[in-house]
Amino acid sequence: MSKNAIIAGLAVFVAAALFPFWFNIGGTNAAPEIELSAKAKAAKKCVLDKYDMRANHMTILNDWRTSVVRDSNRMYKSANGKEFGMSLSTGEDSCLGCHTDKEKFCDRCHTYASSAPYCWECHTDPKEVTQ
Amino acid sequence: MMTENCEVVGIMNQKYMLPLAGVFLLFLLAYAGVEGAGLQWFFGIVIPYLAVIAFIWGFVNRVMGWASSAVPFRIPTTCGQQKSFPWIKHNCIDNPDKASGVFIRMLMEIFLFRSLFRNTKAAFNTDENNKLTYSWEIFLWAGALAFHYGFLVVIIRHLRFFLEPVPAWLTFLEYVDGIVQIGLPGIFLSGIVLLAAALFLLARRIFDAKVSYISLAADYFPLFLIIGIAATGIAMRYFTKVDIMGVKEFTMGLVTFHPVIPPGVGGLFYAHVLMVSVLFAYFPMSKLMHAGGIFLSPTRNMANNTRAKRHVNPWNYAVDVHTYEQYEDHFREKMIEAGLPVDKEE
Repeated sequence: MSKNAIIAGLAVFVAAALFPFWFNIGGTNAAPEIELSAKAKAAKKCVLDKYDMRANHMTILNDWRTSVVRDSNRMYKSANGKEFGMSLSTGEDSCLGCHTDKEKFCDRCHTYASSAPYCWECHTDPKEVTQ
Repeated sequence: MMTENCEVVGIMNQKYMLPLAGVFLLFLLAYAGVEGAGLQWFFGIVIPYLAVIAFIWGFVNRVMGWASSAVPFRIPTTCGQQKSFPWIKHNCIDNPDKASGVFIRMLMEIFLFRSLFRNTKAAFNTDENNKLTYSWEIFLWAGALAFHYGFLVVIIRHLRFFLEPVPAWLTFLEYVDGIVQIGLPGIFLSGIVLLAAALFLLARRIFDAKVSYISLAADYFPLFLIIGIAATGIAMRYFTKVDIMGVKEFTMGLVTFHPVIPPGVGGLFYAHVLMVSVLFAYFPMSKLMHAGGIFLSPTRNMANNTRAKRHVNPWNYAVDVHTYEQYEDHFREKMIEAGLPVDKEE
């Protein structure tokens, strides 16, 4: 193989390996801020603490679904003593009942982390529907 | 006989116990360093940057070293009929005579591991003949293919932490990889394929006596490291959980050269990062360089045209030759005297 071809191949390799560096030129390390609704701010306590909630909310929702669908058990007593309706979108004590703005609360982080949860394939955020 | 066996087994244990202990040590180093000593900046910022530099610099250096080494002979391994008379069927891929054939051959080697597909194993028949027979052994090829493609998808998927905004093709890849919607967060197939294939390749090295005999610490170390990386990654995603927003803030900090240490991200994540960093830094000085070397294999990337074309050794120096004309000029008179025939009379 000619030396020029090898150097060209190496140049492609280095460019590809450093792809994240040049893709983000002018970018920022700041994650998007989520906005808590007035109701969520007033409630102060969610199901778990902030970082636990960030890491585990999907597991909780999955467990809730099983609990509601299999055992028809719809009330959840959290470790901090508060009670919640085991629902993503129905009722005042559901997730969306308190975190009223899906776009500013759920989607910002999901988009940033490239997470496309299939929750929204069945559940809808009523406020999103344009009529 | 028994003691001999034990000795052999003992040596083999050393060969994989040392790298295994090394990987455990790396894990503990980062975990304890972060959880105990609060050295997030060291394991999260210093080490990854050093690893990137070592990887790129080492890789380029290694390949340039190969590029400057001599390849004086055409030494393609041929696996089919060479180009010959028009009525003899030429195998233009397994015995390429042109660059186009070489290109297709290289594509199939790089993307499908074609030469490994031909892997055979030798064994003695168990009947009274006790004849040596060779049989097709496809599992190494299948395991290798699963491992490499699993790893490729895992690496590409990880770009979601390093790119903002996340491109649509990456979201699509995640969608395809997560097509089996089990649990939340949903299962990514590639991670499981990677771990399973790496475990299979490890089991092959340990339990196949012949492969075990030729396996060294340098063969086990990358396997243990990759198994450790896959295991910690899977643990964080499905079991222990990690604050993914913090993780992306951290990785985006690295690639925008404004590193940050996010709160609420624990030792397991830094253990994952350290093992990945070690894998990258170790890459250029190890057998893992077959990634670059496959492109430069003279037995694959050359056309078999030694007869059709004249290949002159590139570093041949000019040789002073004494031609027949010069010889005759020198000895003409003596040759004529002796009655020898000459080309020129005068």
